[in-house]
Amino acid sequence: MAPPEAAPPAARGTASASAPTVLEARGVGKRFPGVVALDDVSFTLRAGETHALVGENGAGKSTLIKVLTGVHRPDAGELLLAGRPVGFARPAEAQAAGISTIYQEVNLVPLMSVARNVFLGREPKNRLRLIDFPRMHAEAAALLDGFGVTVDPRRPLHTLGLGTQQMVALARAVSVDARVVVMDEPTSSLEPREVETLFRVIEDLRRRNIAVVYVSHRMDELYRICDRVTVLRDGRHIHTGPLAELDRMQLVSMMLGREVSEVRRDGVTGFGADGHDVTRTPVLTAKNLVRRHQLDGVSLELHPGEVLGLGGLLGSGRSETAKALAGALSLDAGEVRVAGRPLARSSPAAAIRAGISLLPEDRKAEGIVPGLSVRENIVLAALPRLSRGGVVSRARQDRLVEIFVKRLRIKASSPEQKVGELSGGNQQKVLLARWLCLEPKVLLLDEPTRGIDVGAKAEVQALIDELAGEGLAVLLVSSDIEELVEGADRIVVLRNGGTVGELVGENVSEDALLAALADHAPPAETTETAPPAETTDAVETADAAETADAAETADAAETADAAETTDAAEAIETAEVTEATEVTEAAEVVEATEEDPR
Amino acid sequence: MTAQATAEPVRGEGEHGDGGPGGKSRGAGAGPGPGLPGTRGRGLLGRRGTAAWLQEYGVYAAVAALLLFNALFTDHFLTTDNLRTQLIQVAPIVIVALGMALVIGTEGVDLSVGSAMSLAAALLPLYLGYGLIPALLVALLSGALVGAVNGTLVSVVGLQPIVATLALFVGGRGLALVMADGQLKQIVNPDLLALGTGSLLGIPLVVLVAGVLALAVAFVVHRTTFGRQVVAIGGNRAAAALAGLPVKRVLTGVYILCGVLAALAGVLATARLTASDPSSLGTLMELSAITAVVVGGTPLSGGSIRVLGTVAGALLMQLLRATLVKHDLPDSTAQIAQAAIIIAAVYVARERRSR
Repeated sequence: MAPPEAAPPAARGTASASAPTVLEARGVGKRFPGVVALDDVSFTLRAGETHALVGENGAGKSTLIKVLTGVHRPDAGELLLAGRPVGFARPAEAQAAGISTIYQEVNLVPLMSVARNVFLGREPKNRLRLIDFPRMHAEAAALLDGFGVTVDPRRPLHTLGLGTQQMVALARAVSVDARVVVMDEPTSSLEPREVETLFRVIEDLRRRNIAVVYVSHRMDELYRICDRVTVLRDGRHIHTGPLAELDRMQLVSMMLGREVSEVRRDGVTGFGADGHDVTRTPVLTAKNLVRRHQLDGVSLELHPGEVLGLGGLLGSGRSETAKALAGALSLDAGEVRVAGRPLARSSPAAAIRAGISLLPEDRKAEGIVPGLSVRENIVLAALPRLSRGGVVSRARQDRLVEIFVKRLRIKASSPEQKVGELSGGNQQKVLLARWLCLEPKVLLLDEPTRGIDVGAKAEVQALIDELAGEGLAVLLVSSDIEELVEGADRIVVLRNGGTVGELVGENVSEDALLAALADHAPPAETTETAPPAETTDAVETADAAETADAAETADAAETADAAETTDAAEAIETAEVTEATEVTEAAEVVEATEEDPR
Repeated sequence: MTAQATAEPVRGEGEHGDGGPGGKSRGAGAGPGPGLPGTRGRGLLGRRGTAAWLQEYGVYAAVAALLLFNALFTDHFLTTDNLRTQLIQVAPIVIVALGMALVIGTEGVDLSVGSAMSLAAALLPLYLGYGLIPALLVALLSGALVGAVNGTLVSVVGLQPIVATLALFVGGRGLALVMADGQLKQIVNPDLLALGTGSLLGIPLVVLVAGVLALAVAFVVHRTTFGRQVVAIGGNRAAAALAGLPVKRVLTGVYILCGVLAALAGVLATARLTASDPSSLGTLMELSAITAVVVGGTPLSGGSIRVLGTVAGALLMQLLRATLVKHDLPDSTAQIAQAAIIIAAVYVARERRSR
């Protein structure tokens, strides 16, 4: 039923329907022990088109991509590249055939330089068959420059921000002679400006008649840049057609297999429409958190029963704030109080004892223990509470695990399945369960829905809503503006490691948040601890007398360092042009202080 | 139904009952993709199953096979006397390997176990005058100290385990020689000698101790908070730290346990020898222990500890050597055979990780 109607106007027409098919999968099947990941799926990709591949987790997107890029071999069906059947035994073979891939998580060598990463495996050689470094560096710099990224190609990759790393991955992918570029959630760690750059690159690819397979959960992006869409669900092909002929709700309903009206009623995110009853006295207060290079005066209050959003661009100190509150990042200055009592020591264990739990941003690196079972991952933090005399009670573990598997609807073959084998959404739920079984007072969620599918996303969002309703204080860090605005009762905005404003009431809107992030208009309410004031303060103290207050003098030095490195970081992550004046000012003041004869 | 009626017809394309192109390649060269699950076709599920079985039970099967071989083809092998000798010889290796398994489970390694043994051996005769118990305690304490130094260097200072334990691998034996004046000392204390030669219900005390310790370590690993934390830290240290686990304390504790177990092995070996010989006791022990752990199926990448596998690993190496010696093959052949076993074990483990 419900034939496509009232389609939004097509934004493009470059990829004509008559363009030759560059890559085709016919009746591809793939099964893993216990699961049919792909069942008779066909997929065609035309030269020069940007083809969206959508579906929930477990729909088979990742498997299809892996089949297309030679990571998996299909059990059934065939692949045709420019009309000729091909079989890739290894990703390298697919690459040689002109299929490049950018994975969701950056897949590069962190300790190698940017240039080496771009040219890994095909480095320019000089006459002695050695790597021609000057040429490699120059070419890498030129290539990245084309993406609007100015970065020293000799810098080790790991010193760059995630977004910049992603651009390096992109540069690598398109610099090989690619006919097809597969992008798996390329924007999940990019900030808006970098996304724009990415889209420019995709337009460029289109002009060069290179086909792009674009996997993303973000509808805005799909509608902006994709020509056609293929929807998968439960390993089966559901639909392929021009994206412009479908509206968002129809697309979502295909992905979820639910009726349009049903989706509409649920809203775009899983959050309820109403705010929460917020208790007046804060359960957690953070005052002037300072950490060299990262935080420069973050202050916030968190009340029981509210969802406080923490907004800010990449590098603004969102994750660092969350980590500092959870004791995972030591502070140079500032104070965290829980229920009025200062947090004695900065350690995750102390924070957990005080009732603070952090769901970290990087699920793989800091969240799951992939080799352990669902059960062991859930009870990890609660082990001491489940033990008597150091011996863990299996029965109590099982009871706890059963409750949370049911409540969070964790889909695993059994609690003994390894967490590493679960989908991203289910891994995230396992982590949520790990924290919820500690019965925390404060839940810090750093990008809780990043890289998980639509269904799980809505579930997680609904859960956040529910938890706040039960009186938990939730800090929601998200780069998804929609999620932040719909989920949060109040939003604190960070910039350059400091609190710059707060949105309350009607101002919790996408427009106001964008304005605050971009610093287009003064935020509705500004807290009294804006970073410039703080810097001046500190410098004055240092100026006054070195004997004055040792702590505050140190503070000033810290601020100076922070300002300088922020400056440096800024230069690299060119996308971030904001606040140059503020930083420069601070740096200047600092220089003046240093020259001051003592 | 819903709008999916518009979906393009999805057809079965020809016959493809039997895996795609080349779905049956068996060559070792074309191993599974880089850490990706299920890179093989359906046709290889059987092989995958075999590999999984080998990972799980390979060591035990190998031990059983070796025993069977000896029962059929080696004279006087399955005799109480011979088995007794084999078990007594393997006991110290088992004890050290248990500690090593814990350390390797945290993605570490302890090279200083041999030195800890020699240090314990050197200290024993110095304190035997106070009686067996005080001397034993001093010896074990020295092992704990070695472990505490290693653990601190690894967890607090943040050195890589191989480097941190290298310091005491070299220095520990030196210290032992200084304490013992570089001399071999005869042991005359009857209590200590009884520990080496005595038996209970026909089982040599040394073997009994090793057996009880194996069970104890298995219990610690699987059932205690400490054990689960060790495994979690080995599996993902950053995640464990964020989950509030006392990472430094647990790591230090693991190295201390390893040191104490090594010291105990040193005491038992000294009792067997009836002499304290700090210059040669426990040399190359670290490698025997690591071999037992690896052959037993504990991955060097941490996050999993196979205690009984470790015991079986030590037994396998011991029996292999004994078998070859009984068949009048030179020791060099035994070494080559052991190398083959190690490579096979690592190969099987590699398959495991790629799943």
